[in-house]
Amino acid sequence: MSHSPISRTRKPLVIGDKSYGDVTQDVLRPIEARPTKGWYVCLMVAATCLVFGAATVWYQIATGIGTWGLNKTVGWAWDITNFVFWVGIGHAGTLISAILLLFRQKWRTSINRAAEAMTIFAVICAAIFPVIHMGRPWLAFWMFPYPNTRGPLWVNFRSPLLWDVFAISTYFTISLVFWFIGLIPDLATMRDHSSSAFKRKLFGVFSLGWNGSARTWARYETLCLILAGLATPLVVSVHSIVSMDFATAVIPGWHATLFPPYFVAGAVFSGFAMVLTLMILTRKVMRLDSYITDSHLQMMCKVLQLTGLMVALAYSTEFFMAWYSGNAYERFVFINRATGPFAWAFWTMVTCNVVLPQLLWIKRLRLNVMFLLGMSIIVNIGMWFERFVIITTSIHRDYLPSSWADYSPTWVEKATFLGTFGLFFTCFLLFLRFLPMIAISEVKGVLHYGKGLKEVTHG
Amino acid sequence: MVRAITYASFSDDKSLLHAAKELRGRGISLIDAYTPFPVHGLDEVLGEPRSRLPIVCFVAASIGCVASMWFQIWTSAQDWPINVGGKPFASIPAFIPVTFEVTVLLGGLVSVAVFFFRNRLFPGKAAVIPDRNVTSDGFWIAVEHQAAKVDSAVLNRTLQDLGASHIRHEEQEI
Repeated sequence: MSHSPISRTRKPLVIGDKSYGDVTQDVLRPIEARPTKGWYVCLMVAATCLVFGAATVWYQIATGIGTWGLNKTVGWAWDITNFVFWVGIGHAGTLISAILLLFRQKWRTSINRAAEAMTIFAVICAAIFPVIHMGRPWLAFWMFPYPNTRGPLWVNFRSPLLWDVFAISTYFTISLVFWFIGLIPDLATMRDHSSSAFKRKLFGVFSLGWNGSARTWARYETLCLILAGLATPLVVSVHSIVSMDFATAVIPGWHATLFPPYFVAGAVFSGFAMVLTLMILTRKVMRLDSYITDSHLQMMCKVLQLTGLMVALAYSTEFFMAWYSGNAYERFVFINRATGPFAWAFWTMVTCNVVLPQLLWIKRLRLNVMFLLGMSIIVNIGMWFERFVIITTSIHRDYLPSSWADYSPTWVEKATFLGTFGLFFTCFLLFLRFLPMIAISEVKGVLHYGKGLKEVTHG
Repeated sequence: MVRAITYASFSDDKSLLHAAKELRGRGISLIDAYTPFPVHGLDEVLGEPRSRLPIVCFVAASIGCVASMWFQIWTSAQDWPINVGGKPFASIPAFIPVTFEVTVLLGGLVSVAVFFFRNRLFPGKAAVIPDRNVTSDGFWIAVEHQAAKVDSAVLNRTLQDLGASHIRHEEQEI
């Protein structure tokens, strides 16, 4: 197949003189050892948030969503902000696993497993919000077009909210399947590596009798390419459709053709920030620095910087169009956004997403891992505010000044959001504990990459 | 019927690929090779034809595309037409997103299902592996005596010459 030329500019993807057996050992060590105290502490904190969040969800469903701070004017606020926030975070996982696979970016192999797991957990967190917002979540299945006794009364296929149902559920399903397909060879490794009979049995069931046959591998690689090819337009479609929830409405500030690319860039921006946060923390805790190296962080930084600039361009385009369109309502929304009651949120967004990320141009700062960790968290805060700004500032002062209203979240909304963080981190910590967070078989394929030695065969 | 199989392991992917090519050059065909990660070029040496999975995916995705568009038109314009904001009953552009999602969903799921079926991968299946290290750092090939029409002593020597570190004979009931 393709023979990668040996190049002096290529840096090794895995540091140190590791053998194939070492890779297996290194990745499986944290899973086979007893969990550390730090892991238990993190899990306790995350699970507490989860339980608190779950209790709050129970309370608001039992009482009604009148427990939220919404009013007649501001009908969408924290819930949809959180929904878009979590869906956006998920996008980095698919970008890493699918788009970078098609672009043959081999550095993805160290981080794709964890990033895909992040996608799945983030989409679960996202889906919670619209389901609660329905008010009667036990009727959630009404969203699907199934033959019912009400006519049958079909769903409205012209509604972007219904497109969202299809987009999110397809995205979740395909991501989960793709993730599982990637896991099969590693589950087989765990099956054959484990000394406990129970684990051998358990992983034996989940690894589906995988035996590493060359014939199976050949078809497996074809399947991965197919899934990557399908997931690539899928990930773009998901956030485009999410943006159409707004863009197809006639609300000034929402009604813009810019929205789909703007949202996709923002999603990748926030997603990579989250991947950076998680990878910096886990590589430290799991002692996997030789696999998730500083150069991996630099690669992610570049994506962060690029998408950050795209987001900045989208912000300025929005303002330019508000002025250039000559539409008084559009203009008002944007002046109000920057100077009105929510100006603090707008300027927080600009500071976090546009101003501070420019510090990444300075190499000394970029190479500082603690700085990167801080920056990734700042970007995530900024991207949360972006969604809040788009949603709330566009609707809180509408065409009729008598219906202008303020909005502030109640403790219920805050607790629900906290609860999704609990859910996300509980799932992620359990994932780190029970599954290999690095794709063992994929890393073995790039083990000699950039080392000039046995470079040639796996291109 | 019993078939005699010789398993031989190699230190890495390069020597495995080299050995497989050499054996093939000497007219000894392999039944399979087992590696911890995909070794490119091995499928050609084994004479594995190009996978037809993309065709499966294309057909399934096309069915998803046509069926979902038809279903949306049928429900919205035929079965129970409802006037939504004066839009046409068959609002084709508005049906594109759902059509796309169903296309991807069906293409993906059917490809995966056919992959599992074709490779006989299913929960609870006992893995037939030459050694437990095959999913960690073992690179094995399997040669069948009968099919290879070669004397086992000759085969042993050949494999040793090619750098095999372990050679094992096994008789399997089939």
